[in-house]
Amino acid sequence: MNEDFSAGARDSIGILLGLVPFALVFGIAADGAGLSVAQTTMMSAGIFAGTAQLVTVELIGANAGLTIIVITGIVVNLRMLMYSASIAPHFTDYGKRTRAYLAYFLTDHVYAMSIAEYAAEARSRDKRLYYLGLGVSIWVVWVATTIVGFVLGAGIPESLNLMFAIPLVFLAILVPAIEDLPQVVSALASAIVAIAAAYAVAEFGLPAGLDLLIAAAVGIAAGVTTEEAMDR
Amino acid sequence: MSEFSTLGIWVIILVIAVATYLIRLSFIHLFGRINQVPPRVKLVLKFVPPAVLAALVAPGLVTPSPDVAAMVIDDRLAAGIVAAAVAWWRGNILLTIGVGMAALWVLEFGPALVF
Repeated sequence: MNEDFSAGARDSIGILLGLVPFALVFGIAADGAGLSVAQTTMMSAGIFAGTAQLVTVELIGANAGLTIIVITGIVVNLRMLMYSASIAPHFTDYGKRTRAYLAYFLTDHVYAMSIAEYAAEARSRDKRLYYLGLGVSIWVVWVATTIVGFVLGAGIPESLNLMFAIPLVFLAILVPAIEDLPQVVSALASAIVAIAAAYAVAEFGLPAGLDLLIAAAVGIAAGVTTEEAMDR
Repeated sequence: MSEFSTLGIWVIILVIAVATYLIRLSFIHLFGRINQVPPRVKLVLKFVPPAVLAALVAPGLVTPSPDVAAMVIDDRLAAGIVAAAVAWWRGNILLTIGVGMAALWVLEFGPALVF
Protein backbone atom coordinates (compact mmCIF):
# COMPACT_ATOMS: atom_id res chain seq x y z
CA MET A 1 0.00 0.00 0.00
CA ASN A 2 1.14 3.54 -0.68
CA GLU A 3 3.07 5.10 2.19
CA ASP A 4 1.01 8.30 2.35
CA PHE A 5 -2.26 6.39 2.25
CA SER A 6 -0.98 4.14 5.07
CA ALA A 7 0.03 7.20 7.10
CA GLY A 8 -3.54 8.49 6.84
CA ALA A 9 -4.96 5.11 7.78
CA ARG A 10 -2.58 4.90 10.75
CA ASP A 11 -3.52 8.39 11.94
CA SER A 12 -7.19 7.44 11.85
CA ILE A 13 -6.79 4.82 14.60
CA GLY A 14 -7.04 7.30 17.48
CA ILE A 15 -10.20 8.78 15.96
CA LEU A 16 -11.73 5.35 15.43
CA LEU A 17 -11.56 4.63 19.16
CA GLY A 18 -13.99 7.51 19.65
CA LEU A 19 -16.13 6.72 16.61
CA VAL A 20 -16.74 3.04 17.37
CA PRO A 21 -19.00 3.68 20.40
CA PHE A 22 -20.74 6.47 18.47
CA ALA A 23 -21.43 4.13 15.53
CA LEU A 24 -22.68 1.42 17.91
CA VAL A 25 -25.08 3.86 19.57
CA PHE A 26 -26.30 4.99 16.16
CA GLY A 27 -26.88 1.39 15.04
CA ILE A 28 -28.79 0.59 18.22
CA ALA A 29 -30.86 3.79 17.93
CA ALA A 30 -31.66 3.09 14.27
CA ASP A 31 -32.91 -0.37 15.21
CA GLY A 32 -34.98 1.19 18.02
CA ALA A 33 -36.53 3.72 15.62
CA GLY A 34 -37.68 0.92 13.35
CA LEU A 35 -35.25 1.31 10.44
CA SER A 36 -34.23 -1.73 8.43
CA VAL A 37 -30.61 -2.87 8.32
CA ALA A 38 -30.41 -1.69 4.69
CA GLN A 39 -31.67 1.78 5.62
CA THR A 40 -29.28 1.99 8.56
CA THR A 41 -26.33 0.93 6.42
CA MET A 42 -27.23 3.36 3.64
CA MET A 43 -27.47 6.19 6.16
CA SER A 44 -23.93 5.55 7.34
CA ALA A 45 -22.62 5.00 3.83
CA GLY A 46 -24.48 7.88 2.20
CA ILE A 47 -24.86 10.59 4.83
CA PHE A 48 -21.60 9.61 6.59
CA ALA A 49 -22.02 12.21 9.36
CA GLY A 50 -22.71 10.84 12.84
CA THR A 51 -24.54 13.71 14.49
CA ALA A 52 -26.90 14.21 11.55
CA GLN A 53 -27.59 10.48 11.38
CA LEU A 54 -28.36 10.21 15.09
CA VAL A 55 -30.63 13.28 15.02
CA THR A 56 -32.43 11.89 11.99
CA VAL A 57 -33.20 8.50 13.55
CA GLU A 58 -34.27 10.19 16.78
CA LEU A 59 -36.74 12.34 14.85
CA ILE A 60 -37.94 9.39 12.77
CA GLY A 61 -38.53 7.52 16.03
CA ALA A 62 -40.46 10.52 17.38
CA ASN A 63 -42.60 10.62 14.21
CA ALA A 64 -41.54 14.15 13.34
CA GLY A 65 -42.64 15.50 9.97
CA LEU A 66 -40.58 14.67 6.91
CA THR A 67 -39.79 18.32 6.20
CA ILE A 68 -38.65 18.99 9.76
CA ILE A 69 -36.40 15.93 9.72
CA VAL A 70 -34.79 16.86 6.42
CA ILE A 71 -34.24 20.50 7.44
CA THR A 72 -32.72 19.47 10.77
CA GLY A 73 -30.40 16.91 9.18
CA ILE A 74 -29.17 19.49 6.68
CA VAL A 75 -28.74 22.30 9.26
CA VAL A 76 -26.59 20.00 11.40
CA ASN A 77 -24.27 19.45 8.42
CA LEU A 78 -24.02 23.10 7.33
CA ARG A 79 -20.80 23.42 9.32
CA MET A 80 -19.15 21.41 6.57
CA LEU A 81 -19.36 24.50 4.33
CA MET A 82 -16.50 25.85 6.40
CA TYR A 83 -14.46 22.68 6.04
CA SER A 84 -15.05 22.72 2.31
CA ALA A 85 -13.90 26.35 2.03
CA SER A 86 -10.91 25.74 4.26
CA ILE A 87 -9.61 22.63 2.51
CA ALA A 88 -10.43 23.74 -1.07
CA PRO A 89 -7.08 25.53 -1.68
CA HIS A 90 -5.27 22.22 -1.07
CA PHE A 91 -7.22 20.44 -3.78
CA THR A 92 -6.85 22.96 -6.64
CA ASP A 93 -4.26 20.82 -8.46
CA TYR A 94 -6.73 17.98 -8.89
CA GLY A 95 -9.23 17.54 -11.66
CA LYS A 96 -12.96 17.90 -11.31
CA ARG A 97 -13.55 14.18 -10.87
CA THR A 98 -10.91 13.75 -8.20
CA ARG A 99 -12.30 16.71 -6.26
CA ALA A 100 -15.78 15.24 -6.59
CA TYR A 101 -14.86 12.02 -4.80
CA LEU A 102 -12.55 13.70 -2.29
CA ALA A 103 -15.49 15.86 -1.16
CA TYR A 104 -17.46 12.74 -0.27
CA PHE A 105 -15.06 11.89 2.60
CA LEU A 106 -15.03 15.37 4.18
CA THR A 107 -16.06 14.71 7.80
CA ASP A 108 -15.13 16.58 10.99
CA HIS A 109 -12.22 14.30 11.70
CA VAL A 110 -10.93 13.88 8.16
CA TYR A 111 -10.97 17.65 7.81
CA ALA A 112 -9.21 18.37 11.12
CA MET A 113 -6.51 15.74 10.68
CA SER A 114 -5.81 16.58 7.03
CA ILE A 115 -5.51 20.32 7.63
CA ALA A 116 -3.08 19.64 10.49
CA GLU A 117 -1.04 17.32 8.26
CA TYR A 118 -1.02 19.80 5.33
CA ALA A 119 0.30 22.47 7.71
CA ALA A 120 3.27 20.23 8.55
CA GLU A 121 4.94 20.92 5.22
CA ALA A 122 8.21 19.27 6.25
CA ARG A 123 6.63 15.85 5.75
CA SER A 124 5.37 16.74 2.23
CA ARG A 125 2.90 13.89 2.02
CA ASP A 126 0.70 13.42 -1.01
CA LYS A 127 -2.40 15.38 0.00
CA ARG A 128 -4.89 13.24 -1.84
CA LEU A 129 -3.56 9.90 -0.65
CA TYR A 130 -3.17 10.95 2.98
CA TYR A 131 -6.72 12.32 2.98
CA LEU A 132 -8.05 9.14 1.39
CA GLY A 133 -6.14 6.98 3.89
CA LEU A 134 -8.01 8.76 6.66
CA GLY A 135 -11.35 8.97 4.88
CA VAL A 136 -11.57 5.42 3.59
CA SER A 137 -10.52 3.85 6.93
CA ILE A 138 -13.03 5.92 8.84
CA TRP A 139 -15.76 5.18 6.30
CA VAL A 140 -15.21 1.41 6.39
CA VAL A 141 -15.11 1.21 10.19
CA TRP A 142 -18.07 3.60 10.53
CA VAL A 143 -20.32 1.60 8.21
CA ALA A 144 -19.26 -1.79 9.60
CA THR A 145 -19.67 -0.77 13.25
CA THR A 146 -23.10 0.70 12.51
CA ILE A 147 -24.25 -2.72 11.30
CA VAL A 148 -22.79 -4.36 14.42
CA GLY A 149 -24.72 -1.87 16.57
CA PHE A 150 -27.93 -2.55 14.66
CA VAL A 151 -27.57 -6.32 15.18
CA LEU A 152 -26.60 -5.95 18.86
CA GLY A 153 -29.42 -3.49 19.50
CA ALA A 154 -32.14 -6.10 19.59
CA GLY A 155 -30.42 -8.10 22.35
CA ILE A 156 -29.93 -5.33 24.91
CA PRO A 157 -32.43 -5.30 27.79
CA GLU A 158 -34.42 -2.08 28.03
CA SER A 159 -33.83 -1.79 31.79
CA LEU A 160 -30.19 -0.81 31.09
CA ASN A 161 -31.46 2.52 29.69
CA LEU A 162 -28.98 2.29 26.85
CA MET A 163 -30.78 5.04 24.94
CA PHE A 164 -29.32 7.43 27.50
CA ALA A 165 -26.10 6.97 25.51
CA ILE A 166 -27.65 9.19 22.78
CA PRO A 167 -27.64 12.46 24.76
CA LEU A 168 -24.26 11.39 26.15
CA VAL A 169 -22.81 11.17 22.63
CA PHE A 170 -24.14 14.64 21.84
CA LEU A 171 -22.74 15.90 25.15
CA ALA A 172 -19.33 14.39 24.38
CA ILE A 173 -19.25 16.33 21.09
CA LEU A 174 -20.79 19.51 22.53
CA VAL A 175 -18.43 20.12 25.45
CA PRO A 176 -15.12 20.14 23.50
CA ALA A 177 -16.76 22.19 20.71
CA ILE A 178 -17.30 25.14 23.05
CA GLU A 179 -14.36 27.51 22.81
CA ASP A 180 -15.55 30.93 23.95
CA LEU A 181 -18.19 32.84 25.92
CA PRO A 182 -20.61 33.53 23.04
CA GLN A 183 -20.72 29.78 22.37
CA VAL A 184 -21.48 29.13 26.07
CA VAL A 185 -24.35 31.63 25.87
CA SER A 186 -25.56 30.02 22.64
CA ALA A 187 -25.56 26.52 24.18
CA LEU A 188 -27.29 27.61 27.41
CA ALA A 189 -29.98 29.61 25.61
CA SER A 190 -30.61 26.69 23.28
CA ALA A 191 -30.77 24.17 26.15
CA ILE A 192 -33.32 26.21 28.10
CA VAL A 193 -35.49 26.90 25.06
CA ALA A 194 -35.23 23.23 24.04
CA ILE A 195 -36.70 22.09 27.36
CA ALA A 196 -39.48 24.68 27.27
CA ALA A 197 -40.24 23.95 23.62
CA ALA A 198 -40.20 20.18 24.18
CA TYR A 199 -42.80 20.68 26.90
CA ALA A 200 -44.91 22.88 24.63
CA VAL A 201 -44.68 20.41 21.75
CA ALA A 202 -45.84 17.54 23.98
CA GLU A 203 -48.52 19.61 25.71
CA PHE A 204 -50.06 21.26 22.66
CA GLY A 205 -49.48 18.48 20.14
CA LEU A 206 -47.17 20.56 17.93
CA PRO A 207 -45.08 18.78 15.28
CA ALA A 208 -42.27 16.75 16.85
CA GLY A 209 -38.84 18.14 16.04
CA LEU A 210 -40.13 21.71 15.88
CA ASP A 211 -38.75 22.21 19.42
CA LEU A 212 -35.27 21.33 18.19
CA LEU A 213 -35.37 23.81 15.31
CA ILE A 214 -36.76 26.61 17.50
CA ALA A 215 -34.15 26.00 20.20
CA ALA A 216 -31.31 25.89 17.68
CA ALA A 217 -32.49 29.13 16.05
CA VAL A 218 -32.71 30.93 19.42
CA GLY A 219 -29.31 29.53 20.44
CA ILE A 220 -27.66 30.70 17.23
CA ALA A 221 -29.26 34.16 17.55
CA ALA A 222 -28.12 34.42 21.19
CA GLY A 223 -24.55 33.49 20.22
CA VAL A 224 -24.40 35.95 17.33
CA THR A 225 -25.86 38.74 19.49
CA THR A 226 -23.41 38.08 22.31
CA GLU A 227 -20.43 38.04 19.97
CA GLU A 228 -21.50 41.27 18.29
CA ALA A 229 -22.09 42.95 21.66
CA MET A 230 -18.61 41.88 22.84
CA ASP A 231 -16.95 43.20 19.68
CA ARG A 232 -18.51 46.60 20.12
CA MET B 1 -41.42 2.66 16.70
CA SER B 2 -41.95 5.01 13.85
CA GLU B 3 -45.07 5.42 11.78
CA PHE B 4 -43.06 6.27 8.67
CA SER B 5 -43.51 4.23 5.53
CA THR B 6 -40.44 2.46 4.18
CA LEU B 7 -40.49 4.85 1.23
CA GLY B 8 -40.69 7.87 3.54
CA ILE B 9 -37.55 6.79 5.38
CA TRP B 10 -35.70 6.18 2.11
CA VAL B 11 -36.67 9.66 0.91
CA ILE B 12 -35.31 11.20 4.13
CA ILE B 13 -32.03 9.30 3.82
CA LEU B 14 -31.60 10.15 0.14
CA VAL B 15 -32.38 13.86 0.47
CA ILE B 16 -30.10 14.38 3.48
CA ALA B 17 -27.31 12.33 1.86
CA VAL B 18 -27.43 14.34 -1.39
CA ALA B 19 -27.66 17.69 0.44
CA THR B 20 -24.76 16.75 2.72
CA TYR B 21 -22.64 15.77 -0.27
CA LEU B 22 -23.39 19.09 -2.00
CA ILE B 23 -22.42 20.98 1.19
CA ARG B 24 -19.11 19.09 1.26
CA LEU B 25 -18.50 19.66 -2.43
CA SER B 26 -19.51 23.36 -2.42
CA PHE B 27 -16.24 25.26 -2.04
CA ILE B 28 -14.04 22.39 -3.19
CA HIS B 29 -15.89 22.59 -6.49
CA LEU B 30 -16.27 26.36 -6.68
CA PHE B 31 -12.77 27.32 -5.61
CA GLY B 32 -11.39 29.93 -7.95
CA ARG B 33 -14.81 31.54 -8.35
CA ILE B 34 -15.86 31.83 -4.71
CA ASN B 35 -13.01 31.41 -2.24
CA GLN B 36 -14.42 32.60 1.05
CA VAL B 37 -17.40 31.99 3.28
CA PRO B 38 -18.92 35.46 3.82
CA PRO B 39 -18.05 36.68 7.39
CA ARG B 40 -21.73 37.01 8.30
CA VAL B 41 -22.40 33.38 7.33
CA LYS B 42 -19.26 32.28 9.13
CA LEU B 43 -20.48 33.95 12.32
CA VAL B 44 -23.79 32.09 12.14
CA LEU B 45 -22.10 28.76 11.35
CA LYS B 46 -19.88 29.12 14.41
CA PHE B 47 -22.96 28.72 16.61
CA VAL B 48 -24.63 25.85 14.78
CA PRO B 49 -22.77 23.06 16.66
CA PRO B 50 -23.21 24.45 20.21
CA ALA B 51 -26.85 25.45 19.63
CA VAL B 52 -27.96 22.25 17.89
CA LEU B 53 -26.07 19.92 20.22
CA ALA B 54 -27.30 21.68 23.38
CA ALA B 55 -30.87 21.43 22.07
CA LEU B 56 -30.34 17.70 21.58
CA VAL B 57 -28.76 17.12 25.00
CA ALA B 58 -31.06 19.11 27.30
CA PRO B 59 -34.39 17.29 26.79
CA GLY B 60 -32.51 13.99 27.13
CA LEU B 61 -31.38 14.84 30.66
CA VAL B 62 -34.71 15.94 32.15
CA THR B 63 -38.40 15.40 31.60
CA PRO B 64 -39.60 18.83 30.45
CA SER B 65 -42.14 20.21 32.94
CA PRO B 66 -43.21 23.65 34.21
CA ASP B 67 -42.20 22.61 37.73
CA VAL B 68 -38.49 23.45 37.51
CA ALA B 69 -37.66 22.31 41.04
CA ALA B 70 -39.10 18.86 40.41
CA MET B 71 -37.56 18.72 36.98
CA VAL B 72 -33.96 19.15 38.12
CA ILE B 73 -34.20 16.18 40.50
CA ASP B 74 -33.45 13.59 37.87
CA ASP B 75 -30.90 10.77 37.81
CA ARG B 76 -30.21 11.52 34.15
CA LEU B 77 -29.37 15.16 34.87
CA ALA B 78 -26.95 14.15 37.64
CA ALA B 79 -25.35 11.52 35.38
CA GLY B 80 -25.19 14.09 32.58
CA ILE B 81 -23.36 16.60 34.77
CA VAL B 82 -20.79 13.93 35.68
CA ALA B 83 -20.43 13.03 31.98
CA ALA B 84 -20.04 16.72 31.02
CA ALA B 85 -17.22 17.05 33.54
CA VAL B 86 -15.50 14.03 32.00
CA ALA B 87 -16.01 15.39 28.47
CA TRP B 88 -14.52 18.73 29.51
CA TRP B 89 -11.60 17.07 31.29
CA ARG B 90 -10.71 14.46 28.66
CA GLY B 91 -12.67 15.27 25.47
CA ASN B 92 -13.05 11.53 24.89
CA ILE B 93 -16.36 10.15 23.55
CA LEU B 94 -15.88 6.57 24.80
CA LEU B 95 -14.94 7.70 28.31
CA THR B 96 -17.83 10.18 28.43
CA ILE B 97 -20.40 7.55 27.44
CA GLY B 98 -18.87 4.98 29.81
CA VAL B 99 -18.81 7.24 32.85
CA GLY B 100 -22.23 8.73 32.08
CA MET B 101 -23.88 5.31 31.74
CA ALA B 102 -22.11 4.01 34.85
CA ALA B 103 -23.26 7.07 36.82
CA LEU B 104 -26.86 6.50 35.70
CA TRP B 105 -26.75 2.82 36.65
CA VAL B 106 -25.30 3.62 40.09
CA LEU B 107 -28.06 6.20 40.68
CA GLU B 108 -30.83 3.93 39.40
CA PHE B 109 -29.79 0.54 40.72
CA GLY B 110 -27.38 1.52 43.54
CA PRO B 111 -30.00 2.41 46.17
CA ALA B 112 -31.77 -0.93 45.62
CA LEU B 113 -28.53 -2.76 46.29
CA VAL B 114 -27.67 -0.77 49.42
CA PHE B 115 -31.06 -0.67 51.12
